[in-house]
Amino acid sequence: MNFTRKHIISTKDFSRDELDFILNRAERLEPNARSGSRLLDGRIVATLFYEPSTRTRLSFDTAVKRMGGTTVGFDSASSSSTVKGETLADTIRIIESYADAIVLRHSKEGAARMASEISRVPVINAGDGAGHHPTQTLLDLYTMRKECKKPISDLNVAIVGDLKYGRTVHSLAYALSLYDAQLSFVSPEGLKMPASIINYMKRKGIDIVETSVLADALSKADVLYMTRIQKERFPDPAEYQKVAGSYSITMKGLEGVKDDLIIMHPLPRVDEIAPEVDASKHARYFQQSFYGVPVRMAVLSLLMGVEV
Amino acid sequence: MTEKRELRVKPIVNGTVIDHISGGQALNVLKILGISSRSKYVVSVLMNVPSGEMKGKDVVKIENRELDPEELDSIALIAPKATINIIRNYEVVGKHRVVLPKEVSGIVRCGNPNCISNTNEPVASRFMVEPAGEEVQLRCSYCEFVIDQDIADHLL
Repeated sequence: MNFTRKHIISTKDFSRDELDFILNRAERLEPNARSGSRLLDGRIVATLFYEPSTRTRLSFDTAVKRMGGTTVGFDSASSSSTVKGETLADTIRIIESYADAIVLRHSKEGAARMASEISRVPVINAGDGAGHHPTQTLLDLYTMRKECKKPISDLNVAIVGDLKYGRTVHSLAYALSLYDAQLSFVSPEGLKMPASIINYMKRKGIDIVETSVLADALSKADVLYMTRIQKERFPDPAEYQKVAGSYSITMKGLEGVKDDLIIMHPLPRVDEIAPEVDASKHARYFQQSFYGVPVRMAVLSLLMGVEV
Repeated sequence: MTEKRELRVKPIVNGTVIDHISGGQALNVLKILGISSRSKYVVSVLMNVPSGEMKGKDVVKIENRELDPEELDSIALIAPKATINIIRNYEVVGKHRVVLPKEVSGIVRCGNPNCISNTNEPVASRFMVEPAGEEVQLRCSYCEFVIDQDIADHLL
């Protein structure tokens, strides 16, 4: 396949072939994610993080360094020229003359799209407000591909938690629909998957189950994708406690699940997964975090035109 | 005895007549075209004119200015049946029915307050125009926010 995309902004931009193309490259690069390489020797990647992030920023940083490149950048808006009133557009025009690629996280939706229209060097969206986070989706797909015994198209994936506001789940649901996976959306009534996404899936003929009871989805699931329910979404703290408690995974709660079930979580977790589950054969969330490195190596090397 | 048909506004010598505007949308059409009280052209506006095919239509006549019909396509967002007539020496020398553009830029404000196009960044709002049943909806090219009703309320 001839991959001609210059920037990575939204999962929705991709075809299934393009996603597979990136995941194949990640697989080839995975050994280098531990041992290192010189693929990006002499290249500089700017990581512009206007909002805090631990995993995403550090895994991009690691990905660049595992390929022999270097990073420049900042990790909060307060340490950038934004505090002096500089626009993102100006910052991008300046940084594109320093770096070979730009990784951007910003609080405003559409920031990465705008940056990509300005920048001559590739822009990778590392999260734009409540918008997109395409490399998270890529690493989620990569985790399913590596850790499940069936191809993604045959999986039953239960996505659990805040499905209304969670940006990772919207992108993930869209990507899984490209593979025709079976999807269960498990959420409290007030945090259901937006109707626009449900309608889109139904139009495409995707097999969907919507429920507020975790047990309904658990026994059939091959993948349990947990997400955090944020306290601030509930005006009443008691209501939050009740809801959060009902979507919490414990060893007892995992009785009767499929033997091959894997549990994923984009992290950070709070109470959704009890620490006792970490040692179970189902837990994959830390492995999932690691897969962020080869996937981001794939994306960076691809956009910078490095043959792998 | 047949009733004498009375012209509400006299024909213009030269200029542009935008006819068959959806009733009540004439002022929004002028807004999209950037024609305000500060413009120097003579502009006649007729609103809610009884019309055979439409319940009530609006008509806008702009004297001594020929608008580029292609540029006018963006008014199709709020007046999908509008027709553009270019007038020279009382004669219609060009007629064009507006066609929905695929994209509109700098006309509509995104309804998402957290969209990058609603900040001090030097970027014009941009929307993809998508069919939604018999109506149209606008999808922000930046944040993907969808405006599916009352588009006129979002005009910049």
